Amino acid sequence: MTESLFYFLASLTLLCALMVVISRNPVHSVLFLIITFFTISGHYILLNAQFLAAVNIIVYAGAIMVLFLFVIMFLNMNKDSESRVKTSTLSKFAGTIAGGLLFVIMVAAVKDTTIAGYNADTFTSQTGMVETLGAVLFTQYLLPFELASVLFLVAMVGAVMLGKKEAGEQHF
Amino acid sequence: MNQIPDIIRTIPLNYYLYFSTALFIIGVIGVLIRRNAIVIFMCVELMLNAVNLLLTAIASYRADTNGQVFVFFIMAVAAAEVCVGLAIIVMTYRNTRSTDVQLLNNLKW
Repeated sequence: MTESLFYFLASLTLLCALMVVISRNPVHSVLFLIITFFTISGHYILLNAQFLAAVNIIVYAGAIMVLFLFVIMFLNMNKDSESRVKTSTLSKFAGTIAGGLLFVIMVAAVKDTTIAGYNADTFTSQTGMVETLGAVLFTQYLLPFELASVLFLVAMVGAVMLGKKEAGEQHF
Repeated sequence: MNQIPDIIRTIPLNYYLYFSTALFIIGVIGVLIRRNAIVIFMCVELMLNAVNLLLTAIASYRADTNGQVFVFFIMAVAAAEVCVGLAIIVMTYRNTRSTDVQLLNNLKW
């Protein structure tokens, strides 16, 4: 049961990720990306990482994707926005083949490795819970956590500076 | 309380490695063949999520909290990155009236 759920979620994730790349309309790409994020959250739940599943839905599907959709609608892009300069089929082939070769190399490298699986003696099912993660985050990783707030402040100031309309610019 | 989840008992960790690799490669191919800056950006998000998924899988299998904390930080950095990146895309759209990266070749010569 769980096994088939894993295969179903994995194939759905890969299919939607592929659709993100090949769909012509950017809005469809965003919608497929949202489905991808939800299926990845499903994987997190299967892996017993409840906190990350919730954060993934809130941050990615909730905040980041809304930002993407907002920008796409703001810029008013239609279907043929990509056709100003024609992409040659050759470069598309080259990109796909380069990516495929990278995949072959990665799979070949992974095939030769032996990875230690779970250790039944030391396994705890509480790893992904909010309580455990919070205890680690606010003791061991307190400094990076605080530095992340500085990063957000910098990002906010940067976005406002970049998005500000400059004087004498043509009307948008 | 301390029972091992079904998925960890039945699915080998290698499957997650292959799956995350495939997801990452789809993102790489998207960055290589697409020309719309926003779609390229989405493919970068796809790659980040592939890495997140692999980190979470390994952290869950090894019952290691540090990996999941790292995923949390990656998500925080990705949010900041998207915020600045989309602002840059909007700014280039104002200048070139397009989000096609092919038109931004002024640094080429």
